[in-house]
Amino acid sequence: MTSQPAPRETWALRLYVAGSTPKSVRAFENLKRICEEHLAGAYRIEIVDLIEEPERAQRDQVVAIPTLVRQLPTPIRKIIGDLSETGRVLVGLDILPAPTEGR
Amino acid sequence: MTDHARGRSVASTQAAVTGTGSTRAEASHGIGKCPTGIAGLDEVLRGGIPLGRTTLLVGGAGCGKTVFGMEFLAHGIRDRGENGVLVTFEERKPDLIANFAGMGLDLAAWERDGKLVVDHIQVDPSQIEVTGEYDLEGLFIRLGAAIDAVGARRVVLDTLEALFAGLRNDAIVRAELRRLFTWLVERGVTAMATAERGIAALTRHGLEEYVADCVLVLDNAVEEGASVRRLRVLKYRGSGHGANLYPFLIDDEGVSLFPITASKLEYEVSSERVSSGVPALDVLLGGGPFRGSSMLVSGTAGSGKSSLAAAYADAACRRGERVLYLAFEESPSQLVRNMRSIGIDLGRWRQQGRLEMVSTRPTSFGLEPHIAAIDRDVRRVAPDLVVVDPISSFLQAGTRRDAESMLARLVDMLRLRGCTALFTSLTPGGGVIEGTTTSVSSIMDTWLLLRDVEGNGERNRVLHVLKSRGSSHSNQVREFRLTDDGIVLLDVYVGQAGVLLGTARAVQESEDRIAQLARTAKAERRLRVRERRREALEARIAALRTEFAATENEAAIELAESERRDQAVELTDRQLRDRRDFTAGLASSRPEAPQRVTARP
Repeated sequence: MTSQPAPRETWALRLYVAGSTPKSVRAFENLKRICEEHLAGAYRIEIVDLIEEPERAQRDQVVAIPTLVRQLPTPIRKIIGDLSETGRVLVGLDILPAPTEGR
Repeated sequence: MTDHARGRSVASTQAAVTGTGSTRAEASHGIGKCPTGIAGLDEVLRGGIPLGRTTLLVGGAGCGKTVFGMEFLAHGIRDRGENGVLVTFEERKPDLIANFAGMGLDLAAWERDGKLVVDHIQVDPSQIEVTGEYDLEGLFIRLGAAIDAVGARRVVLDTLEALFAGLRNDAIVRAELRRLFTWLVERGVTAMATAERGIAALTRHGLEEYVADCVLVLDNAVEEGASVRRLRVLKYRGSGHGANLYPFLIDDEGVSLFPITASKLEYEVSSERVSSGVPALDVLLGGGPFRGSSMLVSGTAGSGKSSLAAAYADAACRRGERVLYLAFEESPSQLVRNMRSIGIDLGRWRQQGRLEMVSTRPTSFGLEPHIAAIDRDVRRVAPDLVVVDPISSFLQAGTRRDAESMLARLVDMLRLRGCTALFTSLTPGGGVIEGTTTSVSSIMDTWLLLRDVEGNGERNRVLHVLKSRGSSHSNQVREFRLTDDGIVLLDVYVGQAGVLLGTARAVQESEDRIAQLARTAKAERRLRVRERRREALEARIAALRTEFAATENEAAIELAESERRDQAVELTDRQLRDRRDFTAGLASSRPEAPQRVTARP
């Protein structure tokens, strides 16, 4: 795996959670798995716990928890939920093209 | 000035006390009230929305939900020291700030001063992908942080339904909103949540099912070509509330609701009389209209209604009172100019700020907003006298029944505020008083009728006092004249030909003068004749007196002669007796003796 060339793009992902709720833990596990499978070595995950930094909820326009934000590559994308539907996460992050265009 | 100002404050205190009374009564049953500060709404809600609860404000687009919410927050910040949070899902913050700046609310300044948080929550469905379970903890945290930041007591959520569109999982959003309302109660804030009007249900997403305490419904209907906004209290658990559809108005001064308040006829009445500005009219009314009373002046076109109204307004301004003059058919400058021609200078009162003139056409508003606009003006100006010139304009703005009920409300509203009021009403020619005027007159305290009387090729104005509650008033007709020095009332001539006016009156006056002159001359002549006769009599009396004196003199002389004769006779008698006594040997010098002697034979 390490012998593969690193992807040119770097993925900056930010996951907003609120404490260690089961949904948050599940979302982080799902995200980690998906990244390892598809973006190995080319991603960075930042976790923002709104309970510790409540002011970021307003600044970053977060309503639902968990929310995953793709900071890079642009444009910004948002995915909410525990990321249990891998297929939709891949589409949402633009790792895979949407199955049918214009859906 | 001081006296009446005090009177007014007493009246308003009274109203406030009544309000507090009901609040306290209901508080004892567990429901506290949070005043919204929206003109009229707190009266309808008997004090305000439920304290520490969430009130749902339902309405279609453009009904004014956001304005209601913002007014609620502004009242808290401005008047009660209660800070607020506005969460907006639809309008962007700069837009909101700009919109409310037009209403005189400086949201940015309040934010700087730590009194308000405006949080725009953007939920853009095109940017969001949903995968699996989630909750709205982020919303709770944002809201919690905002509430804590300013210590907010009031929260407005406008419009929560944007969440349904943005998050596309109704089951989760519904459950989370239910949790949100419970959470708001736990936070102890009083909240207003707005919701879109639905087609099948009350709201599009059935939010009313969660907000069980208080639901207000706003609508915006078009009736007879005019847009009418109305509010209805659909539900208010544990509290009484007004049950009607209340018209309201939104303009650059915010929301004004027009409640039906005085239906109980509980208001302070004054026995103080004020002047109507026409001294002779005051006399007719037994000393002038009462302060706080309502007067209807009906009359045909050009009969002098506005002039009478202007005189009334002028008199109030002279007393130092504040006057609100609602002119629906003339512009203020037109009215000022016209009244100057009869010697009433309204312009100076406008400059001094005692007279506020508002000129709008009711048809451009619709009837109910029109009343609401008047109500708002009355609240703003706090006048002692309100002139509505004319009420006939209401009829053009709505159906007759509506117009009557609106006018009844208006009269009651003014009465409740202790405002003296004058309404003019245009009646069609021919002296017929139409139905609306009659039904409206029943709620007025005083009713004057101005009439044109035609005859002898001219029109003259007369004034009747048709009714005047609480006063003995004249039943007589007066001639009503507009002169360069104002309004003059004259006693009319009632002759064999009826009431005489105008030229006929002038003719009669001149005829009367001639007749009077003739009568005077005749009387003088009679006086002279009598004088001569008296002189003649006196002369005769003098002559008689002289004659009498002469006669008396003669009588005295005769009397003296006869006395002398008597003495002579007596002397002769005595001599005879003396001689006889001597013969009998008796001598007597006593005067009785001769009588005895004379008695003897």
